[in-house]
Amino acid sequence: MSRSTPNILDRPLGGRGARSEGSVSTSAFAYLYSELVQYHQSRVASISELERRLESSGYGVGLKVLELLAYRAREYKRETRLMNILQFVSSAVWKSLFGKAADSLERSIDHADEFMIVDYEPITSMYVSVPSDLGQLSVDAYLSGIIAGVLDGAGFTARVTAHSVTLEEHEVSANNAPNANSSGSGSVNNNLPPRKDKAVFLVKFAPEILERDATLDR
Amino acid sequence: VTLSPTMASSQLLLFVIVGKNEPLYEAEFHKMGGTSSGTSDSVTRQNYFVLHSALDLVDKASWTTNNMYLKVVDKINHQQVSTFLTAGNIKFMLLHGGKTEDSIKNFFNEVYELYVKLSMNPFYKYDTPITSKFFDTRVRAVARRYLS
Repeated sequence: MSRSTPNILDRPLGGRGARSEGSVSTSAFAYLYSELVQYHQSRVASISELERRLESSGYGVGLKVLELLAYRAREYKRETRLMNILQFVSSAVWKSLFGKAADSLERSIDHADEFMIVDYEPITSMYVSVPSDLGQLSVDAYLSGIIAGVLDGAGFTARVTAHSVTLEEHEVSANNAPNANSSGSGSVNNNLPPRKDKAVFLVKFAPEILERDATLDR
Repeated sequence: VTLSPTMASSQLLLFVIVGKNEPLYEAEFHKMGGTSSGTSDSVTRQNYFVLHSALDLVDKASWTTNNMYLKVVDKINHQQVSTFLTAGNIKFMLLHGGKTEDSIKNFFNEVYELYVKLSMNPFYKYDTPITSKFFDTRVRAVARRYLS
């Protein structure tokens, strides 16, 4: 006797008081993601094209995550301010997708329209090594697509790019010291050599967004 | 063009989901029966016009509050336009003849839940017309429950 799957409109969405909101093993994700990267890699002619394709793959995820998390929060509120949507991305979105908040959210000193979200251990590049002939490629472009999707959906159009930045002395020792591995998904896999770089997502907002946000200050 | 109230206007409800550039979903609800035979073409066009012209007011209001429910944004003759904005800035707009706040809020909340579920479909692209028959049936059922 077969059971037909219920229509998507009849399935529960989770939220406060729901049972586990579902998580996927890192290995399942890493395997699927490596297939995704290889799929695109075989179809493009340049590094930037590959990064663009990974970004657009993540963009749709960002849009959906925005709607889902806002709904699950059950507050019937949306973000209208720049700092708030950035906080939403670096804490709520990161926690929901990766089990922990982003490691830091910073504002650029040189450019008023640039912000940086830092993650020391993004899962997209955990099991990826980039050969030297692919230069500056960052497979974390998928994550910048997710960020861009969230920001764009909420009305804060931005160009988001992923950069691998070499860790400085103090950062290397801080992250590779044996911490209490209490949070399962966020802890370092001890079979891998320690990472030498962190992922920095540079978020550059369109000028009209900053103008609009400035007028809301009054 | 004068917008004269007709007998149908207080029983007619027009619900439109608007994306960034175009309407994504439209439904007319009538108190008696379920057919649209009672509405003339010009009344329908008027109603769409009213909703469309309220979009500017929705845009203005959307940045002044972080509530999703914007209540009534425009009043024309005996009709009012109430709006609900999702986190992704998709606008749910309802043209009605003065329903209670509570019933409208409940209606919007239920449609919001249906919309979020629909968005979870990997084959539904954000900001594109909603063609699912299921969605249409469910929205009409919600309207019957809260708006009649």
